Amino acid sequence: MNYRLIFNLLGKVLLLEAVLLVLPLITSFVYLEFNSAMAFGITVGGALGLGLLLTFLVKPKKHQHMYAKEGLIITALAWVAVSLVGSLPFVISREIPSFLDALFEIVSGFTTTGASVLSDVESLSHGMLFWRSFSHWIGGMGVLVFVLVFVNRNDRSMHILRAEMPGPTVDKLVPKAKNTAFILYGIYIVLTLSLAIMLVCGDMNFFEALLHAFGTAGTGGFGIKNSSIADYSSYSQWVIAIFMLLFGVNFNLYFLLILRKFSNVFRNTELWVYICVVVASVTVITLNIYKQCESVAEAVKHSTFQIASIMSTTGYSTADFNQWPALSKGILFTLMFTGGCAGSTSGGFKLTRVIILFKKIGNDLKKALHPRTATVVKINGEKISEETTSGVTSYLAIYVLIFFAVFIILSIDPRVPAEGALETNFSAAASAFNNIGPGFSAVGPTCNFGFYSPVSKIVLIFAMLLGRLEIYPILASLSPTTWFKR
Amino acid sequence: MNIIVVGCGKIGKVLLYSLAKENHNVTAIDSDDRVIEAVRNGYDVMTYCGNGTSYEVLKKARVGSCDLFIAVTASDELNMLSCFAAKRMGAKYTVARIRNPENNNSSLDFMKQQLELSLTINPEQLAAQAIYNSLKLPAAAKLETFSRDQLEMIELIIKPDSPLDGVPLKDLKKKHKGQYLICAVMRNENVIIPKGDFALKSGDRIGLIVAEDDLNGTLDILGVPHKKIKQTMIIGAGITSRYLAKILLKHRIGVKIIDSDAKVCEKVCEQLPSKVTVIHGNAMSQDLLTEEGLPSADALVALTGMDEENILISYYAMSQSVTKTVTKVNQDELLSVAEKLGLDSLISPRKVTADAIVKYARALENTLDNQIETLYSVMGGNAEALEFKVIADSGLTHVPLKEMKLKKGVLIAGIIRAKEAIIPGGDDVILPEDKVVIISAGSQIFELSDIIQ
Repeated sequence: MNYRLIFNLLGKVLLLEAVLLVLPLITSFVYLEFNSAMAFGITVGGALGLGLLLTFLVKPKKHQHMYAKEGLIITALAWVAVSLVGSLPFVISREIPSFLDALFEIVSGFTTTGASVLSDVESLSHGMLFWRSFSHWIGGMGVLVFVLVFVNRNDRSMHILRAEMPGPTVDKLVPKAKNTAFILYGIYIVLTLSLAIMLVCGDMNFFEALLHAFGTAGTGGFGIKNSSIADYSSYSQWVIAIFMLLFGVNFNLYFLLILRKFSNVFRNTELWVYICVVVASVTVITLNIYKQCESVAEAVKHSTFQIASIMSTTGYSTADFNQWPALSKGILFTLMFTGGCAGSTSGGFKLTRVIILFKKIGNDLKKALHPRTATVVKINGEKISEETTSGVTSYLAIYVLIFFAVFIILSIDPRVPAEGALETNFSAAASAFNNIGPGFSAVGPTCNFGFYSPVSKIVLIFAMLLGRLEIYPILASLSPTTWFKR
Repeated sequence: MNIIVVGCGKIGKVLLYSLAKENHNVTAIDSDDRVIEAVRNGYDVMTYCGNGTSYEVLKKARVGSCDLFIAVTASDELNMLSCFAAKRMGAKYTVARIRNPENNNSSLDFMKQQLELSLTINPEQLAAQAIYNSLKLPAAAKLETFSRDQLEMIELIIKPDSPLDGVPLKDLKKKHKGQYLICAVMRNENVIIPKGDFALKSGDRIGLIVAEDDLNGTLDILGVPHKKIKQTMIIGAGITSRYLAKILLKHRIGVKIIDSDAKVCEKVCEQLPSKVTVIHGNAMSQDLLTEEGLPSADALVALTGMDEENILISYYAMSQSVTKTVTKVNQDELLSVAEKLGLDSLISPRKVTADAIVKYARALENTLDNQIETLYSVMGGNAEALEFKVIADSGLTHVPLKEMKLKKGVLIAGIIRAKEAIIPGGDDVILPEDKVVIISAGSQIFELSDIIQ
């Protein structure tokens, strides 16, 4: 294990966080909130000090490489470290006095979950609101991917990219991992800015537009109003709905668009499945809920917004879908698990994996009927290797296992309201693990996670991290064989 | 530069590693999806799985915008064909590995011209040349030449009984004047560019730059024997051995080849002049080696296909006080093991090949002002020795060297002016038309102006 390299890179991650924390610091000054400005100032100082210490005192040895193991461990440690530091401003400013609550809030931010423990979001200062939403934006594309843009470690940085980017396989856009990270962030920034501009044109002020753009881009979902997006105009709601869907698409496709390779985009299986699923679910839910709504147009808007929000794992809401009929709730609940496309900022199981599984099942069925058939799984006309397919099946197994483990532990909690406790715990586990935000019943879109006991909150924090980093980095760093020589 | 490498075998992987390290945009193509998977995880390159001659695969890899196309698959014909296709699709320069000895005469020139290949690479021939270089001076671990042998860089390992042990460099220079310079020292895997008060220790690997005319005199001063080799024994009759035998014969050095395969032995007899003695037998048998006169041979070159066998045979030969042993080691992991056993001349054909191609890539990138003439990776791969030709009047000319602010770990080790080799002091200057030899430990030098801060 290459501790020096890991801690050196960790130092750089903290330095980056210190730089990023300057933005909410400035925001606090702009709104003359000196209490939160002080909290951010102290945190920036601390992160800067610790970061400099690690970067300059722990020099990695020459001729030492990074392997897959170091990639996994760095990713897990970086996310934990960034979250611990990121929670400090809330605690220091006493705006979220409990450390555990603050940690829950910021992990929910970085993992782009958007589940909150706060009952009154509007009481937070502007600086804190900014930091909360900004954490979505940072976590959406990845902390280490950001570091890769600046750090010149060209040997095997692929391991980091692989550990932090969601999806069964990672495709580079250009030969160098560093340039790939650069392009991804470029696309990300352009999309975020265009969303913010479009929102400013509506009924949002600059601050609100920027924060909602952060939350949408990272597919996070922290609102700045207790009613989430419900009180904004239809224009803003449609803009956000469409951009949520856009951020659920594989970013590689945008790069192909820039390269004018339209046919490759057009022939992308995952994109088509994504579009079909969205259109089908919107149709069914609209038919199902139009009686509850004032008009059909209203019904289309609400169903599209909620589908986009759940499927891209963002978690904004314009309607209390807790009140919807069972069929609509069932569809939303199912989509919580599929998530968006691989290579996007969304969470969940990812559509590519679902497609690979279905194709594999089809092949196995064919094999049962004709035992001598030779089969391969193909996506976009290209063969998916046997290792990738079996990787997806075992990922499904561990995914289900962890989900039920979280669900059972939450069920022990006596503080959950007795009415609809099963629905509450089941959806809370699904929502945290898939990085969505709201669930059903007591954790529905108009409620929050504040009532859970400290143990449950810790479990949910782990569930969010496991979901964002796709399980293996966290499991690897919890495994004793990683740390001890046996 | 955009570089495409077709074939990710032994040489292909070394190339991918070195070219990515040189900051090129590298794309790898191989037809084996397992190999591609490993490359994708291990190297900072883009990967495509497919046949390197296929139009579709090449198009996907964007051959049209590639500056350098390198084909190093196992098959010569495949390499030629994919280079041809790449050239027609817009690749600027193409390099093919062509190793079959039957291709290496007039037919090679014909092919090269017809297929518009920019460079052909023959790893076995390059390895044979490198082995011959190290046989030229048996006491040196490695010997490289600059500018048609006018200046030589010799790597020596200081033995415990050497007169150099514990001597500071400035005392050495005071005692013995001459055109030589100790330009680099490797101690505990770290390469240092030594200053005057640096004291040598036994076990150090030193790099010595010396003018060809002063070579023997300098070696006498330093207490290094320089007996010429008269008889060599080559173990293994592969392609490299045959090339080596031809070179040795040209320089009037006796050759004896031992191989365990009767058919191969016969073929070697057929291809080489009858002056070469070919023995059919197992070289792992010490009896056989003694019978064939190992103790009286000046040098042993172990070139079988097995790294382990090569190391063991060389180690045995060393214990029989053979002056010089050269060992072919292909696996990186075994290189350090072999070094620990005290084998100093190790040849890795794939590294030799990669060096040649990397040098070619760097030369392509050069501006017209100064061109890289030669590039060697020296001191066990931890430093580089480069030779530049200074064409135009750049900012570096006419400036005394002591006034130049060189980067850390960079040294101007030699200047070749017309037919005179100069080991420069602080007052010397670089003039246009000079050739300059640079030693660099750490930073990569692409142009001559890279040496200053």
